[in-house]
Amino acid sequence: MEEILFKKAGRKIILLGNEAIVRGALESGVQFVSTYPGTPASEIGNTFFRLSQIGKYKGHFEFSTNEKTALEAGVGASFSGLKTLVVMKNFGLNVCLDSLLPFVYTGTKGPTVIIVADDPSCHSSAQSEENSRAFVFLAHIPVLEPSDPQECKDFTELAFKISEKFKIPVMVRTTTRVAHQRAPVKLSKITEAGKVVGNFVKEPKRFVTLPPRVLEMKSELLEKIEKVRQFSEKSSTNSIYRFPKSIDGAGVITSGISYLYVREALKELNLNLPVLKLGFFYPLPEKKIKNFIKKLKKVLVVEELEPYLEKEIERLAKNVNCRLRIFGKQLLPEVGELRPEIIISAVAKFANKKYKFSILNLKSSIVKRFPQLCPGCPYWLVFGAVRKAVDPQKVIFGGDIGCYMLAGFPPHFLQDYLSSMGSSIGIAHGIKKATGKQKLITFIGDSTFFHAGIPALINTVFNQSNPLIIIMENQTTAMTGHQPHPGAPLSLNRINRAHNNLYAPIKIEEIVRACGVKNFKIIDPINQKEFIKTIKEFLKKSEVSVIIARRPCIQIKK
Amino acid sequence: MYSDKKIDQFNMLIVGTGGQGQITLLQILAEAALLEGYDIRTSELHGLSQRGGSVEVHLRFGKKIYSPLVCRGKADLILALEMQEALRGIYFSNQKTKFLLNKQIIPVSLAKNLTETEILKNLKKIGKVILIPAAEICQKELKTNVVAGIYLISLASFKNLIPLKPESILRAIKKIIPEKYLELNLKTFNLAKDY
Repeated sequence: MEEILFKKAGRKIILLGNEAIVRGALESGVQFVSTYPGTPASEIGNTFFRLSQIGKYKGHFEFSTNEKTALEAGVGASFSGLKTLVVMKNFGLNVCLDSLLPFVYTGTKGPTVIIVADDPSCHSSAQSEENSRAFVFLAHIPVLEPSDPQECKDFTELAFKISEKFKIPVMVRTTTRVAHQRAPVKLSKITEAGKVVGNFVKEPKRFVTLPPRVLEMKSELLEKIEKVRQFSEKSSTNSIYRFPKSIDGAGVITSGISYLYVREALKELNLNLPVLKLGFFYPLPEKKIKNFIKKLKKVLVVEELEPYLEKEIERLAKNVNCRLRIFGKQLLPEVGELRPEIIISAVAKFANKKYKFSILNLKSSIVKRFPQLCPGCPYWLVFGAVRKAVDPQKVIFGGDIGCYMLAGFPPHFLQDYLSSMGSSIGIAHGIKKATGKQKLITFIGDSTFFHAGIPALINTVFNQSNPLIIIMENQTTAMTGHQPHPGAPLSLNRINRAHNNLYAPIKIEEIVRACGVKNFKIIDPINQKEFIKTIKEFLKKSEVSVIIARRPCIQIKK
Repeated sequence: MYSDKKIDQFNMLIVGTGGQGQITLLQILAEAALLEGYDIRTSELHGLSQRGGSVEVHLRFGKKIYSPLVCRGKADLILALEMQEALRGIYFSNQKTKFLLNKQIIPVSLAKNLTETEILKNLKKIGKVILIPAAEICQKELKTNVVAGIYLISLASFKNLIPLKPESILRAIKKIIPEKYLELNLKTFNLAKDY
């Protein structure tokens, strides 16, 4: 892992997409990094954390409490002139959106790059198949889309350069098959972070988004975007691949991981279709696209999930080539990630070429293997106690985001709703208010509680409902790879250098007490008898109850 | 026998259950392919998908590789660390695909598990099957079966099931495996040589 930092410029090494982003940020001389862990982006934070601990990355690094505080920390660092990187998974962008929009208006002082990782097919994402591209239409934030680890590194550097030149935050959007792809990467020189002490200079016209100034800012932003578009027109990241004997009249437009599948398909089908590969999703190099489609009779737009690019191409074609036949989602699925075989079929149909897969069928059905809690995981004890304390048919169970969402799988079957980070408590309150007598138990992890559970708990107390909330305190952020959180004891988690001298873990019980929760107990779930008794007792209460099930994750205990 | 001539492309999947070390095996094979001058792409999954469920990782190397995922029907080799999981490889296989199996079944509780005979019957209809009691051999000789995967990739190299030289695999093991576990892994490599 440390290779990322030590290998010299000019060398070629195998990197994971996420590691290549770290290298790209180091080569750019990043000085401030904040993140909340989330798959498929987690390894970026983990790598900075490690480098920070061994003293090889000298800038600031933090695991923030959630993506909103992570972005806000980044905004503050940028306003103070530091080169800043903020990292999150797709849903994190929803959490920080409130602060992102004004940040694009004010613009950056220190260059700022935001990495956002989408997860088509929801391999590691419970709540929705979110396509973060949609945010650009709302936020006017430039977005680059790498296809592979080399581009992960190169585009991160380019994003810093664009941010520096145009004083605007720039987003780099990856997907699972880019972030978790390994490939050789050619390295450039690392730039030492240099001074990491920023300086905030008062410039209210720049940093305060109050009307009427805010509307001027919007105009300035739109002008800025047109300048970035000029840059995008000239950028080699948007380029056309023509084959020696390119077929006339038909072409492909694509970006991100889909580009690799398109090249694979053309090779497999032995087709010489010209390909326009877009490194920029926003702002699009409209002239370049128009030039590409001008002479075509038909074009295939290859993109995952919603047809955002296809719609843009339709809009542009109206001006330059209104007879252009545009194919996209009529040949490709809108749900689930793309795979090479899907694109081979689509390209073959598009180019009227016959292609047959050797399809082999299987007679016996393969046994379904559900993900499982680790042997020795304390959650086995919590779920076991709940099943013994109540008749699961007679109680509603709220789920939240973390390992404990496996409550929904066999053998537990203790999950009747599951939504977003921290929502188990918010929704529990609504159900209790709406139904009155129905019993309800919610499960929420400690990192998730810090992330977004606290306001929901306060709301439950303030607006008076009585769910039983079980806070599963395993003292780490387990599912994403055991990152520390504000309540994690120093003995169990190696705490980030920057926190070293000042930091004392925040006790969840003090928060719960301060919120005015009267029915409240801390129990090690190994004490099954007490746990079962308390569940039964608390379910009868007319006010909200909280049990902190405190027992460390088996993986950090080892 | 594979010659020194560079192959155009080699497509491989490693299937098994979460926690069987698929990602380490990917890293070793990718490193070995890099040593031999190939272009490489791999794909893996992290997070929830890792927790004890079915795990499939992809490795492709050759002169120039684009997709990190193996295309349907294009696998040259399917390495199954668990026998039932081998059947998931059928989607990626053709009549020439080789299946290298660890003779081990990790049953799913309260489900209809397949027997060794049923699995082999299915696979033999499709491609060439090589069944190796890797977990058992490692348990017997090294007192642990966590290295079964290392045993199998080493064996795949010695038996020319994968066009990478054993020296390259050995060098990659030395590079990827942490100091603490290196001796055990080197013993595993040597054990595979003698199979």
